[in-house]
Parts: sequence; structure tokens; C-alpha cells
Amino acid sequence: MASLLFYLLAATALLATLLCITRRSPVHAVIFLINAFFALALMFYLLGAPLIAAWEVIVYAGAIMVLFLFVIMTLELSPDSQRPALSRGQWAPALLLFLLLLVSAGLILTFDPASQASVPLFYASPRSFGAALFDRYGLAVEIVSFQLLFAAAGAYYLGRRRKAHQAEESS
Amino acid sequence: MNDLLLTGLLILIKLGMVLAVLLSMAAYLVLAERKILGRMQRRYGPNRVGFGGMLQPLADLIKLLTKEDFIPAQADKWLFMLAPGLAAVTALLAFAVVPFAPPLEIFGRQLPMVVCDLNVGILYFFGLSSLAVYGVALGGWASNSKYALLGALRAMGQMLSYELAMGLSIVPVILMARSFSLTEIVQAQASLPFALCNPVAFGIFFISALAESKRTPFDLPEAENELVAGYHTEYSGMRFGLFFVGEYLNLVVLGAIITSLFLGGWHGPLLPPIVWFLGKVLAVAFVFIWIRGTLPRLRYDQLMAFGWKILVPLALVNLLVTGGVLLWLGGAS
Repeated sequence: MASLLFYLLAATALLATLLCITRRSPVHAVIFLINAFFALALMFYLLGAPLIAAWEVIVYAGAIMVLFLFVIMTLELSPDSQRPALSRGQWAPALLLFLLLLVSAGLILTFDPASQASVPLFYASPRSFGAALFDRYGLAVEIVSFQLLFAAAGAYYLGRRRKAHQAEESS
Repeated sequence: MNDLLLTGLLILIKLGMVLAVLLSMAAYLVLAERKILGRMQRRYGPNRVGFGGMLQPLADLIKLLTKEDFIPAQADKWLFMLAPGLAAVTALLAFAVVPFAPPLEIFGRQLPMVVCDLNVGILYFFGLSSLAVYGVALGGWASNSKYALLGALRAMGQMLSYELAMGLSIVPVILMARSFSLTEIVQAQASLPFALCNPVAFGIFFISALAESKRTPFDLPEAENELVAGYHTEYSGMRFGLFFVGEYLNLVVLGAIITSLFLGGWHGPLLPPIVWFLGKVLAVAFVFIWIRGTLPRLRYDQLMAFGWKILVPLALVNLLVTGGVLLWLGGAS
């Protein structure tokens, strides 16, 4: 039953991602991406990690994708405003990356490192997950959060309104 | 086999009852809102259909169902048809984790009075409430009308901003209850509801819930005097009805969540638990309606400034203080 569900969800995720990158309308693409996130969240749930499944839905499907949608709607990206130009400079790197992905997927499937590693128990309950996150990996979490803070400050700095500068230039 | 059948039957009966009560509560809240607002404006409100207007929701339903279902020519047809359902379904599903009474002893087995007691229950509610914005956003976009698009944009910005404050205001509750499960949160309030232990968190959550339900003073997504009707301008018939039902279902669900998180859930003296629960939910809904009848609408920049500059920092400070106090009291074990 679980494996059947897994294959169903995996197929959904793959199909949704494929549809996402082939849609002309950016809004439709975002909707298919949300679909893929849902399939992923359910897969996490299937693996016995309800907390990660919940975060996947809240953070990715619920917050980040809403932001994407917001930006797309504000910019009014219509399907015909960007024609896809199929130059060699575009599809050659894509092909290279695709081959790389195919080879690494094949390698992973043959060696199957997942069967040797044991799944940490702390996935299951929110309490032990939190303890593991802030106790065992506390330092890493702090470093990552500081990086995010710097990134936010940097983005704010880049996006600030340069009133003084513009006034100087125009005068 | 017989045992399994009985369990399944009990679960089905429970689901059916929850669905029926939830939907009829949403329908009658519409009537209650119209009547209460009417009384606040010194008029009667609907009182012609049935005894004192009691059949008004039924009349509205028949009207909506028999109206022409209109799809604008330039609309994105599939999204336009799908969006109202999304708005109603997310609200309906969110009720699944709300415990409405203590477990019931029936036919010698424990029947938990909650549809599904997830150990990440509060996060489930959050996930659904963050998905609720898609119904509005996609409906507004698919209509291909500037008023609807503006309404959708406003709704998205508003809900993204207030969700943050809402999430941060729940963290102290989780700290105090030491659990994500709503059943355990309710049980932790057996002696004292969290609204009294942590009134700041309650206030922030209440305001964010008001914004999340897109009601006055945060009803900018459907501001009638500037955007016609906002995101559902182009909708008619039962598709509009679904948006409407979704809004009132949301009212019930938010009332239920506020009740379970801050008002002690089903706990209360003398009366049976379910009466306490329903009473508290209806009281919260009444306050929501009261606010609609009293407060004017905010301007959009005021709304954003209030969310990001006041509510979020306040919630962060409150979280810090609550954590500090809990540590000081020796809760760190």
C-alpha cells in the first residue's frame, strides 16, 4: 500500500514538474509547481515525517509560492511577452545538466546508499525533532539563520530607494 | 469484522454530523450577521422568509443555485471554475483538527471528539490557512478584470503579512502547552485559559485572524467602494456562493481555533463541554460581526505598516518574554 502510494505521488510530482517547466503562462507554471510541492509533502508524510510535510506545505506551497504569484501578477507577465528563443547557448547547458543528473541518478540507484544509512528517529515527533535541531545541530542552525539575515539585509540594501543619488544626478 | 464495521460506522456518523453542523452554522451565521448588523444600524434585517427570517439562508441558496452561471469571455476558464471550490474546501478541511469535546465513551470504546488528532495539528491548520489565499488569488487573476486582479493582489499581500504575525503569536501557546496537538493544547488549559496567561498573544492572534478572514477593518480585498467587489467581482450564482460560504466557514473555523488555542476549548463549569465549545465559538463570531458593524476600513499602507512594524515585533518580543518566563519558572526539563 505504502509503495503504491509512493509511486503514485512520485509520478504526480514528476508530471507536475514537467508541466511546470513547459507551460507558457507563468501563473499556470506556479500552480503546477504547487502541485509538485504537495506530492512531495505527502511523500515526507509517508516516510514518517509529518513535521517536515507540514513545513513543506506552509513554507513552500503556502508562503514562497504565494510570493511568486504575487510578483508574477504585479509584473503582469503575459504568455506572449516572452517568446522562448531556442538558441544553442540555452539548450546545450540544459542538456549537459540533464545528462549529469541522469548519470548520478543511475549511480545512486546502483549503489543504493540509502539502504545502508539508518533513518534518524527524530523525524517522527515534533518534540524530538526540535531537540535534535537546536541541540545536536544548534550551531549549524544558527549559522544558516545568520546567513539568511545577512541575505535579507543585503537584499534590502540593494533594493533601497536612492533618493539622494537620483536628485544629484538629475540636477 | 463486526467490531470494525461499528467503528467505521461511528466515524462516518461523526463526520456527517460535523459536516452538517459546520455547514448549517456557516449558513446561519450569514443570517445572524445580517440581523445583528441590521440591529446595530437600527433596522430589522431579513425577517420575511419563515418565522422571523429563519428560512432566509434556504431562500438565498435557492436563489444562488438558480442564477445563471456566468464565465467572462476572456477568463481563464479552468482556474475560474476551480477557485471558488478551493476557497470553500480549505476552510472546511481546516476544521478537521479542532477538538470540540472530550473523548466520548460509546459502545465500550473511546471515540475522540475530533475528526483527526494530528500531532502537528496546529501546523495543519496553518498550512490550510496559507493555502486559502490561492482561492482568492487565482479567482481574481482568472477573472481577467482589473478590479478582481487588484483585489487578489491585495489579498495576497495582506495574508502573507499577517500570517507571519499569526504564526509568531501561536508559538508562546505551543511553548506553554508543550505540544502541537490541539487536543493537548486544550487539555493544558483545564485550569486557566491561555487568553488570561498571555493576553498579548491572544490580541495579536485575534487581529491577525481578523485580517486572515478578510473582514472589516481588513476587508481591502473586497472594498466595495473602490474595487466593486474585489476578487469575486466577476462571479455569479453558486460560484460566488462558494466564496461566500468559504468566508463564513472560515469565520466558524477561526472562532473554533481561537477557542481551542486561547479560550480553553471545551472546558467550563456546569454546562456540558459541547455547549461551552459552541458558545465560545459563537461568542467569537459575534465579536467579529460586532467589529464589522463598528470599525471603518484601514488604508492599505496603514494595514501593511501595522502588520510589519507593530504586530510582528510585538509578537517577537512576546515570544522572547514568554520563553524567558517559562525558563525562569523551571519549565526546561
